[in-house]
Amino acid sequence: MIRASILFDWVADKHDKHKSKYTADRLIPGAFEGETVTRRRFMTGTAHTAGAIAAGAFTLPALGFAIGPIFKSTPHRWETVGEVGRFSANNYTPVVMTLTPGIGEAGKTTVYIRKFNPAIDTDPYDRDTPFIAISSRCAHVGCPVRWVDAAERFICPCHGGVYDLLGRRVGGPPVRPLDRFYTRVVGEDVQVGPRFSVNSELRRFSPRDPGEPLDGIGQYLYPSRPTARKL
Amino acid sequence: MPRLPKLPAPPLPSALQAPPPRPGEEVTKGGPLEDAKQAGVTVVDWIDERTSLSGVGRWLLFRKVPKGTNWFYTLGSATLFAFLSQAVTGVFLAMYYRPDPAGGAYESIRHVTNDVFLGQFVRGMHKWGSSVMVVLIFLHMGRVFFFGAYKYPRELNWVIGAVLLVLTLVMAFTGYLLPFDQRAYWATIVGVNINGTGPLLGPYLSDFLRGGGEFGATTLSRFYSIHMLIVPGLIVALIGAHLYLVTKLGTTAPPWLKAKERSELLETEV
Repeated sequence: MIRASILFDWVADKHDKHKSKYTADRLIPGAFEGETVTRRRFMTGTAHTAGAIAAGAFTLPALGFAIGPIFKSTPHRWETVGEVGRFSANNYTPVVMTLTPGIGEAGKTTVYIRKFNPAIDTDPYDRDTPFIAISSRCAHVGCPVRWVDAAERFICPCHGGVYDLLGRRVGGPPVRPLDRFYTRVVGEDVQVGPRFSVNSELRRFSPRDPGEPLDGIGQYLYPSRPTARKL
Repeated sequence: MPRLPKLPAPPLPSALQAPPPRPGEEVTKGGPLEDAKQAGVTVVDWIDERTSLSGVGRWLLFRKVPKGTNWFYTLGSATLFAFLSQAVTGVFLAMYYRPDPAGGAYESIRHVTNDVFLGQFVRGMHKWGSSVMVVLIFLHMGRVFFFGAYKYPRELNWVIGAVLLVLTLVMAFTGYLLPFDQRAYWATIVGVNINGTGPLLGPYLSDFLRGGGEFGATTLSRFYSIHMLIVPGLIVALIGAHLYLVTKLGTTAPPWLKAKERSELLETEV
């Protein structure tokens, strides 16, 4: 056990021994008058600083280069997926669209599209959406779900996630409903735009990766991309 | 480094020993045959005089090992050789591989497997060798754990080993994408999204791995760079540290061997 007196002694000592800021007063050999930093200390500091600047000069740009894509915003793409008459209000039509151009099949995804149906889409958020476009990316860890017509369910082959007609989870491990895409009608063509995520009440959020819940505290634990823009 | 005693030279069989000079015979030193025999020794001596590497070699190789050292102690070396096999086969696979997501990556792997001489063998070594390395690491880890070899003063070596385990799993994960077939693609999608489920930092981590919000044009080259440049460099450096500590601290005796009390200290015999 440390005796309290030792602590007090030490504190008192520190205040007693007032060190002069001049090297000459501290009896350092070779001190100049008026000098506060020894030449050796100055030289060491200079060498370390120069080394740190040199190392930082290539480390920091390389690091920024590697993590840059996190902060890069991608332009919104709108892709024409067919004419208005192609989609019914009661069933989904699968459409293959390109998310990332230039990398062939790896950049494509399936989107399930149907016409807005006032009988089903009673949610206030969906009111001014001409077409409902549901992403096939499972909200568990991103496997491709399939619309099974007979069961009226989206079913994921990987870990058994099941979603209903509106993309809301009814079984399995997914943490939120299926993502959706913005849609618009230009002339006679239906266009599919950027992705957005929804929580279990179908409230809209900027797009999140699979496996990230959006109910309760989830939207704060899994922040959206800094560059995600609201439409 | 302390001066180490030289190892005694093994005695030459008498048939190979030069006969002693006859009385009156002049002792001739050298001759072309003798010079040729000395050439190798001279080169090694020349290097050793300037580097003292032979001392390092003796320090590294001629260590005392405890009684009871058995086959389980070879699992670490086995892991090392699995890594060396991965490194060599990986370097040569990189001569053929093209990290091009628009079909070139898959095509180059197909070319290696089907067309290149011994391509299927070298790629098979790399593919199956990765599983072998992971299995061996866990066996080695189990040996260290059950023999209690992680205890003082070897805790730091356990920590380095744990980091090496994680780095090996990173290698296995990033290497899985490179063939760029359906399995590789979906396994990477799932793996990256599992990374993303970590709270707060997870979304940024998965964006970093993908190089953006979606699986994109740079994801494959990013994985390739991590797989063949960043992580192997770290692994080599950490294996060096791991081996240095093993050599410095020595290995442990198996736990079933009790230290024998010196007979003169036994009370019954005093």
